[in-house]
Amino acid sequence: MVNRVVVGAHYGLMDWLVQRVSAVVMAVYVLLLAAFLIGGGSITYLSWKGLFAQGWMRFATLFFVVSLLVHAWFGMRDIWMDYVKNTGLRLTLQALTVLWLVGCGGWALQILWRL
Amino acid sequence: MSDLTVKKKPRPIWFNLSPVNLPVPGLVSIFHRISGLLLVLGLIWVLYLLELSLDSELGFRHVREYMTHPAAKLALLALLWAFLHHFCAGIRYLFLDLHRGIDLPTARMTSFLVFAVSLALALIFGVRLW
Repeated sequence: MVNRVVVGAHYGLMDWLVQRVSAVVMAVYVLLLAAFLIGGGSITYLSWKGLFAQGWMRFATLFFVVSLLVHAWFGMRDIWMDYVKNTGLRLTLQALTVLWLVGCGGWALQILWRL
Repeated sequence: MSDLTVKKKPRPIWFNLSPVNLPVPGLVSIFHRISGLLLVLGLIWVLYLLELSLDSELGFRHVREYMTHPAAKLALLALLWAFLHHFCAGIRYLFLDLHRGIDLPTARMTSFLVFAVSLALALIFGVRLW
């Protein structure tokens, strides 16, 4: 039987692929947002709110947030796996990372859907 | 009989852990991790600013005022550099995954390019911010 570590990776290609796909999604979103920020002239409250209140932007931001959470999870998990050797400490840090990210994600959705 | 063996002084053990001695692609890699960590930590601050700025006209103006503080500018600049480095290095990794630029001279050149582009853009942003 393969000796697997409970706080290890899933030993698959999926994580690697998800990391790339989420990166591309975020890159496209950020370039669009940067185009708005740089090319749109001076930003007022109304234009700022108007941007995020639009239906397509809300879903684009949703995709961005989901990509960010997944991407950040794999990245942080890799950092903990490489530098933290103690299983208990690693599990604690990984759990805290998940709580942090899910919390931030929930907050982001709340901000978006209140508009 | 006298002891004829020469007492050897213990040899110094030298671990050179300085990241400065990493080759440039290695520097890009470690800063990719550091910048990623910074971005995850900075997420909560960005969300706070986003909520405040979208909340009301007053909140929007409050953020504007808040961002004139030098500490806030410095924090924003640090986060922006982290993002730019992560972004540029990430694009380099995507090309490496497609087996583009994997020979050593090109890999070194693109590593320099990652630092040059991200630092230059951060500098331009910093100048405009102040």
